[in-house]
Amino acid sequence: MTPTPQELVERALATTTSDGCVVVLHHSTSANLRWANNTLTTNGVLDDSTVTVIATRGDATGTAAGVISRSASSTDQVTAIVEAADATAVAAAPAEDAAPLVDGDAAADWDEPAAQTSIDVFDRFAPALGEAFGRARDAREVLYGYVEHDVTTTYVGSSTGLRLRHVQPTGHVGITGKDADLARSAWVGQATRDFSDVDALALSAELSRRLGWAERKVDLPAGRYDTVLPPAAVADLLIYLYWTAGGRDAHEGQTVFSRAGGGTRVGERLAAKPVRLHSDPALPGLECAPFVMATASTSSSSVFDNGHPLAPTDWMRDGQLRSLLQSRHSAEMAGLPHTPAIDNLALTIDGAHGSLDDVVAGVENGLLLTCLWYIREVDPQTLLLTGLTRDGVYLVENGEVTGAVNNFRFNESPVDLLDRFSAASATTPAFSREWGDYFPRTAMPTLRVPDFNMSSVSQAS
Amino acid sequence: MASTHPIDPSFLALPLSRLADAALQRARDFGVQHADFRLERIRTQDISMRDARLEGAVDGEVLGFAVRVVVDGTWGFASSVELTSDAAVRTTEQAINVARVSKPISSEAVELAPEPVHADATWVSSYDEDPFQVPLADKVAALAEWSSRLLVTKPVEHTSAVLNQVFENKFYADLSGTTTTQQRVRLQPVVEAHASDVASGRFDSMRTLAPPAGRGWEYLTGTGWDWDAELDRLPTYLAEKLVAPTVEPGSYDLVIDPSNLWLTIHESIGHATELDRALGYEANYAGTSFATVDHLGTLQYGSPALNVTGDRTVEHGLATVGYDDEGVAGQEWDIIDAGKLVGYQLDRRMARMMGLPRSNGCAFADSPGHIPIQRMANVSIAPAADDVTTGDLIGRVEHGIYVVGDKSWSIDMQRYNFQFTGQRFFKIEHGRLAGQVRDVAYQATTTQFWRSLDAVGGPGTWVLGGAFNCGKAQPGQVAPVSHGCPPALLRDINILNTASESGR
Repeated sequence: MTPTPQELVERALATTTSDGCVVVLHHSTSANLRWANNTLTTNGVLDDSTVTVIATRGDATGTAAGVISRSASSTDQVTAIVEAADATAVAAAPAEDAAPLVDGDAAADWDEPAAQTSIDVFDRFAPALGEAFGRARDAREVLYGYVEHDVTTTYVGSSTGLRLRHVQPTGHVGITGKDADLARSAWVGQATRDFSDVDALALSAELSRRLGWAERKVDLPAGRYDTVLPPAAVADLLIYLYWTAGGRDAHEGQTVFSRAGGGTRVGERLAAKPVRLHSDPALPGLECAPFVMATASTSSSSVFDNGHPLAPTDWMRDGQLRSLLQSRHSAEMAGLPHTPAIDNLALTIDGAHGSLDDVVAGVENGLLLTCLWYIREVDPQTLLLTGLTRDGVYLVENGEVTGAVNNFRFNESPVDLLDRFSAASATTPAFSREWGDYFPRTAMPTLRVPDFNMSSVSQAS
Repeated sequence: MASTHPIDPSFLALPLSRLADAALQRARDFGVQHADFRLERIRTQDISMRDARLEGAVDGEVLGFAVRVVVDGTWGFASSVELTSDAAVRTTEQAINVARVSKPISSEAVELAPEPVHADATWVSSYDEDPFQVPLADKVAALAEWSSRLLVTKPVEHTSAVLNQVFENKFYADLSGTTTTQQRVRLQPVVEAHASDVASGRFDSMRTLAPPAGRGWEYLTGTGWDWDAELDRLPTYLAEKLVAPTVEPGSYDLVIDPSNLWLTIHESIGHATELDRALGYEANYAGTSFATVDHLGTLQYGSPALNVTGDRTVEHGLATVGYDDEGVAGQEWDIIDAGKLVGYQLDRRMARMMGLPRSNGCAFADSPGHIPIQRMANVSIAPAADDVTTGDLIGRVEHGIYVVGDKSWSIDMQRYNFQFTGQRFFKIEHGRLAGQVRDVAYQATTTQFWRSLDAVGGPGTWVLGGAFNCGKAQPGQVAPVSHGCPPALLRDINILNTASESGR
């Protein structure tokens, strides 16, 4: 008989010989389909159970942690993990981030089993995709893409009484469409919790519409352009900004959020406009874990903080930097509140309304992007990022899309863009092309930037 | 050269053959055209330090198995972490069900190029000391000592140090009778120093250039890298960089050190000559390639000085194996010969599609939970026959820049346009180094760049660089890979000033 996740957690807590112990058990099932050239290329289903044991042991010099994380589905495997964690806690140097383990009780849903998914989640999508392949062949178009659905149930138990459970459904679809000559390319993407809202035929129709826009091709040189960034492209840039917002890194003078001469820029107004960047475990449609799950200590997270509740957090409000990603330890170092990372991100512009189309309608002569790609940091001090446009840069003339232009390499800082944009739409669900596979829960507005820096032309099509 | 270490007995004690037999027998019951079983145990230990103190240390282990089948011309793949015969049978049935669900969207029948049977084959990578047998406290002490050495020097204000270690075991069996058992060890030590300049308000950092390597703990104690020399020089280099003049953008001749060039090879040659990209399999994610199959044998990729091989055999290489994840033996082959595109990286399905008799062994899965796909071999540039030194190359430059160490990298979805920065840049004037400059990025198009290759260094300058974290595919997979190269002299390359790029 396979033990339940709860039995494995209890076994670990009963076995440890350390002063303190936290057990984080991730149980996952996932399914995926991948296709190219209008046919399936790979697929798979995955069944995973990973147990992380954090054993803590204190003496006069401090508290050490032993952290062991392994695939485990049997009690013998879990016992071996605990023994290894206990032994490491004895041998390890004191942990710099040591703090009392979080107290708590059993949550009401603790006894519930792990939630599951299977390949059957695509029962409706797969036949529709087959139909889309047929339509694409008829239209001399080629489809490439990927769908994935993952359901991870996390159980956190501690020697201080915590018994927490969280179910996280995560799914996404991305489809690239090309014409048969591979001269035109378009992309659509969407995050989903359960695939009930994913319509393969509607997505492929949108690709056809965009490939139609590209029938007129205009070559443009490098330069600064009046540029409309749709929510996906804004997510591409803002997720990177979020990942760079570590409190300790800023405090120690290593990021764009560091103040010259020492300390952080928290409290400083970074954008003149009413920009709000925030996270909230309860954001509708973007729901995520409401407590800390940390299987490693980093500069902005700590294994000692497991189970700590997550509150709605403003990272920026009214253009002002309000908070940085903090563990209890980094917050104490920086003298700032403990504001841990949260697994979603929303950008809203106070007073902004209307849609992407409304923003495009205001552009006399400019560009409409689809998404960005291969984004890398060039200068941490300004958070200058480089990257490329991908799968559709459209020419906008007198408020309407009139053709497609070549791709570009850009060099821009998202911090600067939040100060320079000239128009914005209301915030909508957004799926980042570059990071969405790893950070799918985002909501972003469309932003219009009057002077976006296209540094050089890319021949990619 | 394979090592003399035996396969870890605790891996051999797992029910390898029992689960494989159960899975493959179940696959036979269904009359599949192909079935393979792969059981992996991947042990990792990641240590991070800040300012000579332990920030985090995690021991990880992924242990599970996968069954891949071809049923009725369609792939099916499933995996599990439950190491029982029942689970092996159930997972095989799941893989067959996945193939059934996938059949309506599959219009090309999957066929695989043949491979000789490798029965009961064993292979172990080349290393001296298993890093997992070294106590954690000793590793933390070593990283702390390196960090402390930097922290007491000017201008260093903060340090970070990381040590990633992997001990990988793979067992593979398929219906043809191939059974392979392998063991690989690799590690990646990095130390970085941070500093600022009060007068300018500028901050900057510099890190060690030691590449990740398929070696053991000996790599940190003097074999394969001179850590003392590197750590001794780092603060001075960083101090010079902080106050260096900003670069004048424009056209320069570049001498690019192997510590930087490996990454340019990786992005502009390695990925561009992956056949799955050329065929469009990555069009929705990692991207395609300009080097499509109609160019094979004719495309002038670079100057005649450019000779590139793919291999899964070089000693200490991160992509080096005995056998790949489809049971194909490791090989070496030409990709670019005297500047001309002559080869691709393949797996068994693509080799068959190309009408080739055999795969060159580039199938890899990063974990038991993921399906093998074509991943990068060690892709390397051959040195010149003559004993040309880095100094000789610098001596041939009138007005140029010597580029050392990799940092930022970005390339477009078809592998044309790229932009790279580095750890440090030295001005070259009249054949001599003339101090550092800062805010440098080089930007070029792949074939234009490699056609500007004037010369490469000799055998004594060749260094095996590489990365632990090459990303590709959906679901995302991370692969380790090495790239060997000599320093290279390239003429008339466009240099950007990154400060002015940001509008400052």
